[in-house]
Amino acid sequence: MSLPTRSLIACHDCDLLHRVRPLLDGQSATCSRCGAVLYQQKRDSLDRTLMLTVTAFILFILANTFPFMTLKIAGREQGSTLISGAIAFHESGMWGLPVLVFLTSILVPAVKILGMLYILLPLKFNRLPWKVGPLFRFLQTVTPWGMMEVYMLGVFVALVKLADLATIVPGVAIYAFGALILIMAAASTTLDPRVVWNRLQVPWRAVS
Amino acid sequence: MRTAASASLLSCHSCQFLGQVPRGYTGHNASCPVCGAAMHQRKPNSIARTWALVLAALILYIPANAFPVMTTTYVGKSQSDTILSGVQYLIESGMWPLAAIVFFASVTVPVVKLVVLSYLLLSIQYRSHWRPKDTTRLNRLTEVVGRWSMVDIFVVAILVALVRIGNFATIEPGIGATAFGAVVVLTMFAAMTFDPRIIWDRVESTR
Repeated sequence: MSLPTRSLIACHDCDLLHRVRPLLDGQSATCSRCGAVLYQQKRDSLDRTLMLTVTAFILFILANTFPFMTLKIAGREQGSTLISGAIAFHESGMWGLPVLVFLTSILVPAVKILGMLYILLPLKFNRLPWKVGPLFRFLQTVTPWGMMEVYMLGVFVALVKLADLATIVPGVAIYAFGALILIMAAASTTLDPRVVWNRLQVPWRAVS
Repeated sequence: MRTAASASLLSCHSCQFLGQVPRGYTGHNASCPVCGAAMHQRKPNSIARTWALVLAALILYIPANAFPVMTTTYVGKSQSDTILSGVQYLIESGMWPLAAIVFFASVTVPVVKLVVLSYLLLSIQYRSHWRPKDTTRLNRLTEVVGRWSMVDIFVVAILVALVRIGNFATIEPGIGATAFGAVVVLTMFAAMTFDPRIIWDRVESTR
């Protein structure tokens, strides 16, 4: 007995089997038992996500190279870049926190952007990049660790805390970072993972 | 209504590929032919691992709140702040909405996450009042909301980086911040090791 495994999908939250049916653009299929999203149909997923990812790449470079914020108090100035937060922890002798801050605010977003470019660009030209499967899987696992929007809220809170004591001058990087957050959120909305998975050959046999 | 497990099927958590359980499957030796991920019918040792992470997070939550997250030195005077005293300072300064945000992110969210995870684990073991659809939804919610408790850590990082005006004003991070960071990381891992499908397995078996 062989099951047509491409026409069935199991809910990742409650394991219930569903038949895969084609959807119209913008529609999503949800589990009939627990309400989890099974899959969605997105319009022009590859093109749109690619465009957004390229934009994200440019914004990321801007956000990291230009000054982020400058503090002015009592006639003195202290500038900072995006990476200053992680470095500051490190200089205080800590090692766990600087790694965590660096990871969640810079490294993971960088890996996501570069990883998506590596995967989507060849796909756009109908080629299959090497090790697509493991890499895309890695990107999916690492996604929750990108916390740029939480970082942005942290910036906001810090700004308000300092407002009474000093003058804060925002730099180019802070606007680039804000835009980057929005662009990456948009990219995750436009991406349909099946665009990647459907390009990989599926052998019609049991799991090895 | 059939689940993948009851139909002897293995589902890949990455690419949704569905395949038959191979002969000689021990629970650890199957990999997805499409994307190469290790395939499990249920996340291995889900309950034990999630409990370990939740308990560790609960233990670390105490120093995270007891020890200061940062020490501010302003014109020679030093002041240490814990997460809660930081919220208090914001309230006293009249910055109500901000105090609410920080309180929500740094206190409410981690506590709720720990409580919800504990509740999910206990309700599986003791099979008490079943509302499986709601508990699954609760699990999804805590997964999404958990990362926001990192806010305080970022605030400290930015303040330490900015306020470095020699003898006039400096800020130094405290151990409380490291403990709190550990709590956030542990609860994020706990949400990842927890397999919500187990809730539904128990529902099926008690029918």
